[in-house]
Amino acid sequence: MTTSTTESPRESTGGSTRFPLVLGLDTFGDHEHDAVDRPLSHAQTIRNVVEEGVLAEQVGVDFFGIGEHHTDDFPMPAADVVLAAIAARTKRIHLGSAVTVLSSDDPVRVFQRFSTLNAISSGRAEVVLGRGSSIDSFPLFGYDLADYEDLFEEKVNLFAELLKGGPVTWQGNLRPSLNSLDVVPYAEAGPFPAWIGVGGSPQSVVRAAHYGFSLMLAIIGGSPARFRPFSRLFLQALEKFGREPLPIGVHSPGHVADTDEKALEEFWPRWLHIITKMSKVRGFAIPTMESFRFEVGPQGALFIGSPETVAQKIAANLKTLGANRFDLKFGMPGLSPDSLLKNIELYGTKVIPLVRELLAD
Amino acid sequence: MSGVLIPSSVQRIAVLGAGHVGPVIARIAIDAGFEVAVAASGSPENLELITQVVMPGAEARWAADAAAAADLLVLAIPLHRFSALDPGLLAGKLVVDAMNYWAPADGVVRMFQGQELSSSEIVQRQLSQSTVVKSLNQIAYQDLEDGRRPAGSPDRHAIGVAGNDAAAAKLVGEVIDRIGYDPILLPSLSAGRILQPGGPIFGAVLARSEFELAIHTTAVHA
Ligand SMILES: NC(=O)c1ccc[n+]([C@@H]2O[C@H](COP(=O)([O-])OP(=O)(O)OC[C@H]3O[C@@H](n4cnc5c(N)ncnc54)[C@H](OP(=O)(O)O)[C@@H]3O)[C@@H](O)[C@H]2O)c1
Repeated sequence: MTTSTTESPRESTGGSTRFPLVLGLDTFGDHEHDAVDRPLSHAQTIRNVVEEGVLAEQVGVDFFGIGEHHTDDFPMPAADVVLAAIAARTKRIHLGSAVTVLSSDDPVRVFQRFSTLNAISSGRAEVVLGRGSSIDSFPLFGYDLADYEDLFEEKVNLFAELLKGGPVTWQGNLRPSLNSLDVVPYAEAGPFPAWIGVGGSPQSVVRAAHYGFSLMLAIIGGSPARFRPFSRLFLQALEKFGREPLPIGVHSPGHVADTDEKALEEFWPRWLHIITKMSKVRGFAIPTMESFRFEVGPQGALFIGSPETVAQKIAANLKTLGANRFDLKFGMPGLSPDSLLKNIELYGTKVIPLVRELLAD
Repeated sequence: MSGVLIPSSVQRIAVLGAGHVGPVIARIAIDAGFEVAVAASGSPENLELITQVVMPGAEARWAADAAAAADLLVLAIPLHRFSALDPGLLAGKLVVDAMNYWAPADGVVRMFQGQELSSSEIVQRQLSQSTVVKSLNQIAYQDLEDGRRPAGSPDRHAIGVAGNDAAAAKLVGEVIDRIGYDPILLPSLSAGRILQPGGPIFGAVLARSEFELAIHTTAVHA
């Protein structure tokens, strides 16, 4: 993919390239199958995710994120517990959510859990707040999806207060007020990094800037380049609110294998299965091989192929979007542990060095 | 509908909603040469930066002002917010309903729960002094912009246009055509049910022939 440098947001705003390049991996705890395609237990899948996080550190990945989900395909409701297990076995890698469904959670609890993770990991915790699997979590915790916007707005507001540290006084409509209450554990060295995951709404971009959260662009379909104005919007909104520039990240799904063919062959049937299911839940017509091909191509949002193919696509999109971070959502329900471990290894040992090289100048 | 004067042509479009899909609709309308105003539920100041950066050329306005000046209004707000919208703002106007109702993803809204009417018929019932045409609802916001093709392209995609008022539907069809899609006219808001979530067309980017085939197949199996 070619990019016109004059138009890129970092050129026009001197934006987020001042932040170090971060290359991470995200999982939703995708339900794994064994080598002969029998589903593993949820428990085994969760234990495997711990191993995947540990391997990610060993092969040089910067960040390992776990997204909250509540289904048989993604049995991962307590991501922070799993992150704590990984924290206990690693030293360097940053650990966070991808995303935490704040709207159906209690901001005080989320803050306490990630502060605790931050303590266990000696300052390696991050949180990404967003909509994520709200369709699953809302009925489970007794929330109404029609209240989504109000819940998110109010809880983000409280979360921003909590991050400031010190006794909290806060009042809202959907959660009991807090009157000068102490929230522990206290941070050792300032707040942990907090991000807002944004789909395609510019109002969400401005909201992230307003509260001083970093911006994580969740690009899961269509052309990543269409998000380009969002980076500019974010930086200009930060400026308007009198804030310093903050990092911009991209989260997209994909799969790395030795060759393009192998990666596509492994991914496609799993993807088709899950997308077909999701389409039913969301009322969409089922996507076709043609739409899959588009998503895999240079204009699409799936990062699938050999290390070379995936690295080129990551580098091109980071440039286009003026972003300093990319988190590859790896895995898909039904893939085997071996294929996931191979993906992680290739991402750490081949994709990351190549992206660094491509973006070096 | 009572008191609605269908304009002879459309020049000024107001988009209500500046979330996922509103800004994309605004952008493609500007590209097609329309004058576009955008409003959300609050003040235009909150939208100014967004319009400047994401929809250059659009004007941020209060909903009432944007509506008053428009030849055609696009409703791109969630249906769970629809009951908070004052129908008086839209009185006498041609309204394109781009909204969808799908309780599993958006939550339950009692007004839209019944099976007998299409969601746009319910919108029309509430907006009794406007003429409602259903369109622009079926293609996902992330595909709407890239899916455009010039008139006559062999791979042009189609967008459904359903209305009870034939003149209104025809006019909306002309707007869709100018924006970059083949309009497929459906004879009533009730027939527009085929464009809704759960139907064969929702969320798909289809060529005219595929679109017509899907309508035909559904009619045969209905
Ligand atoms: N997302 C898609 O791909 C897509 C495609 C086609 C059609 N649609 C349909 O379009 C509608 C909007 O979807 P979305 O995803 O864009 O929603 P969204 O991101 O939640 O955005 C909703 C917008 O509506 C505004 N709004 C709410 N109440 C309003 C009012 N009374 N007057 C004026 N503006 C108001 C909100 O502004 P405030 O924040 O100021 O309240 C916000 O800008 C839905 O019915 C959806 O089914 C969506």
